Amino acid sequence: MRYYDKLIFELSKSGRCGYSLPEAFAQAPAVPSSLCRQSALNLPEVSETDVVRHYTNLSQMNFGVDTGFYPLGSCTMKYNPKINEEIAGMQAFQDIHPLQRCDSIQGVLEVYYEMEKALSSITGMERFTFAPCAGAHGELTGLMIMRRYHMLRGDSSRVKVIVPDSAHGTNPASAAVCGLQIVEVKSDDRGLVDVDALKPLLGPDIAGIMMTNPNTLGLFEREIKEIAGLVHGCGGLLYYDGANMNPLLGVVRPGDMGFDIMHLNLHKTFSTPHGGGGPGSGPVGVCRKLANLLPVPKVTEKDGRFSVVDGFSNHVCGDAAVPEETVGQVSGFMGNFSVILRAYTYILMLGRQNIKMAGKLATLGANYVKESLKDCYRLPIEAVCKHEFVFDGLKDDGSSTGKPGATTLDVAKRLLDFGYHAPTIYFPLLFHQAIMIEPTETESKETLDAFIDVMKKIAREAAADPDILHTAPHDAPISRPDETEAARHPVVKFQDESRII
Amino acid sequence: MSGFPYFPHTDGDIRLMLERIGVKSLDELYSDVPSDFIFKGEYDLPDAMSEQEVRDYFESLASRNPKLKVFAGAGAYDHYTPAVIHYLTQRSEFLTAYTPYQCEISQGTLRYVFEYQSMICELTGMDVSNASMYDGPTSAAEAMRMCVAASRGRNTVLVSKGLLPQVLSVIRTYALYSGTCIKEIECRNGHTSYESLKALVAEGDVAGAVVPSLNRYGIIEDLSGFADTLHADKALMVEYCDPSALAVLRTPSEWGADIAVGDGQSLGIPLCYGGPYVGFMACRNEYLRKLPGRIVGETRDKEGRRAFVLTLQAREQHIRREKATSNICSNESLMALWVTVYMSLMGPQGLREVNEASSAGAHYLYDRLLATGRFEPVFDAPFLKEFVLKPLLPAKELHDRLCDAGFFAALETEEGYVSFCVTEKRTKAEIDALVKAIEEIRL
Repeated sequence: MRYYDKLIFELSKSGRCGYSLPEAFAQAPAVPSSLCRQSALNLPEVSETDVVRHYTNLSQMNFGVDTGFYPLGSCTMKYNPKINEEIAGMQAFQDIHPLQRCDSIQGVLEVYYEMEKALSSITGMERFTFAPCAGAHGELTGLMIMRRYHMLRGDSSRVKVIVPDSAHGTNPASAAVCGLQIVEVKSDDRGLVDVDALKPLLGPDIAGIMMTNPNTLGLFEREIKEIAGLVHGCGGLLYYDGANMNPLLGVVRPGDMGFDIMHLNLHKTFSTPHGGGGPGSGPVGVCRKLANLLPVPKVTEKDGRFSVVDGFSNHVCGDAAVPEETVGQVSGFMGNFSVILRAYTYILMLGRQNIKMAGKLATLGANYVKESLKDCYRLPIEAVCKHEFVFDGLKDDGSSTGKPGATTLDVAKRLLDFGYHAPTIYFPLLFHQAIMIEPTETESKETLDAFIDVMKKIAREAAADPDILHTAPHDAPISRPDETEAARHPVVKFQDESRII
Repeated sequence: MSGFPYFPHTDGDIRLMLERIGVKSLDELYSDVPSDFIFKGEYDLPDAMSEQEVRDYFESLASRNPKLKVFAGAGAYDHYTPAVIHYLTQRSEFLTAYTPYQCEISQGTLRYVFEYQSMICELTGMDVSNASMYDGPTSAAEAMRMCVAASRGRNTVLVSKGLLPQVLSVIRTYALYSGTCIKEIECRNGHTSYESLKALVAEGDVAGAVVPSLNRYGIIEDLSGFADTLHADKALMVEYCDPSALAVLRTPSEWGADIAVGDGQSLGIPLCYGGPYVGFMACRNEYLRKLPGRIVGETRDKEGRRAFVLTLQAREQHIRREKATSNICSNESLMALWVTVYMSLMGPQGLREVNEASSAGAHYLYDRLLATGRFEPVFDAPFLKEFVLKPLLPAKELHDRLCDAGFFAALETEEGYVSFCVTEKRTKAEIDALVKAIEEIRL
């Protein structure tokens, strides 16, 4: 990767243009001056070539799944198939307005309908909504459903949600946005939810529990049946955080484990690209008794004709009534349609034959890497893992050399020198030096072997001379930027110094 | 195992890997799962398709969506998309990257987000912008939450009835579950009523107000006095804007707003049945630490090189968990790149021309429609690309007939008006054809 230092503003020259618009055929009446923009608009003025070169140069300072192995735990960085992109980019889908009349979008609505059927079958849930635009948005929607369920039953005392201490950070944050209080349940020394610690937390104030299974240590919560019985027994609901669904794909269904509400990350389990942080899609599935609580708008089918149910008279579409129980509307239209198209394409490619291997091969890869590296890295919990596992730092951090020992951050930064993305680090919070590795099913044995060799080499380097790690990365476009300074004196937009003076 | 292009394992690989792990079969890797949870049925999925079969299938689906000329907006606008954008946003280094946690190998993402933030600040006149939100309505809902958080104890947020229906609807949903009280500011003669705002502020407990810049009728709002009234009561002003129009309209900053939100879709993002779009959110410096979502900041690396990092992460869910400003994690980064490339190409002049051409076309259509004798004017107020009329024939019938004739136009509003929108993509010939289609309707 080559360091490239320009910002698009710095390429600007007055009078250059990068667009091509037709001649206007009429003159617009002037907007009253009191309603007009007063200040200058300092956007860049650049040519098309400038733009293409600039962003191509920027892209070359980025690392994607297509660049190399990306073992980022809990993020499921599997290969993003190119046919997905081709289908999502079809002009015929790009040109459709979200409020079009149903009979002009039957092909679009069929995608929603078939996707809902497919996800229901894969997860064992009854119905799905595609309105949420990301995993955290799905969590929020799912928790709204949980609250709505209790509200509709007139049970206003259920204001607490139980979240394991190993949970993704979005879980407690989503619960807080939804107006719920968080009660943390501890993990036991096996890394699993401590059922004995859970029992005293249950009571008439509990709305439900949020769990991911396998959990963020990559361990299957084997007492899930007992947990489901306890939570249901106290009147609460079970929420499944689908961020860790990948090892269960084609093997285990959350609905069968007793979960009432769940979300999926189409950008994890269903192969759509992460886009540098979105767009994603976080469809939410529910069991039968919660089906009417799903958000609007949603697609319905009758005699092979699809329509949209929403709350607006101006949406000239279906005629089915909006269920009174609905949680309401959680996004502008029907979610991120082109992401849904990509995921649907992936499901069609997998089909019912290949899906049965997806989760198993993901689990195979994770266990293979874990077993191959546990001599060099501290494995806090010895057990068969699912899609990912967590080391607690190096076994020998090199501090016996008299130099400061190499940390997890150092290992991560050193990996960049060898052409790998780093694993997730310092999460989950249960271990101080957490290194969370998730290989996914799309990586070959050769890729994993090469990664294992590099991880072993880094461990040897650390033991011999930890400074090699402290100063890494050595080959990246930049190295160890000053994040403290960035937060202390935030510079969060371009400032043209020539203009300020 | 028979070949599948996304699974690189040969039977021999699987065997060797199982040996290293010390288990006999893939199923044994699930020995910790109670056996009644192992799904033994058949998934209700189609047979696996080849790529060509997938293509053929989607072609057949696409053929069931007749192509319509778009003459309506209501929150999704059919602006022109330069060819460069799709090409650049498909570069896999951008497309297949994760959130830029490892800044050393994510400078591409971090730099374009920094540029995006800068451009959003330019358009809105605000001091700081975050790295994007899901869409316009959810960014309005987050702004509502921000008002309450900034007010320390107040719990009422005012919303103009002139906001788009989906914006009001999403704000209401978020408010219901966060326990915020929502009160509606009335509209008079197509404008958000200043008197109504004053009266509601006088009732007390107001943390902020969300008002549109271009409202649901397409009218350019005059927000004189709004900020003063709100600020005098220590409440925040949130303006919901169409960012494309901000190239020519008075900015949120110039109206005195504290927070600007809206949907970036009008900056060249295809309609794509409603998503992905990109929400934007910008504010004054005072509220920087209350902003939800990612923020990219500039710094130096250990060699002194200019570098960009995710900053102020102490606001965020992965650090603060339930005390975070929001639960948002992934946003719409690639769509932020989309609008950044769009704004780079268009520049100030291109954006102005887009507005002028859209407005010229809309006013031409407005006059031609009135001349048909089939509509009456509703409001006498300045508009840009979108307007409403009162139809003299049944609104649903009108819309349906136009749809049959190949136009998506005359979208019925709650009041029984019909709304039209013209962008720079619509030619005179297309507008004339729409008018002719309306003239030819016989009921």
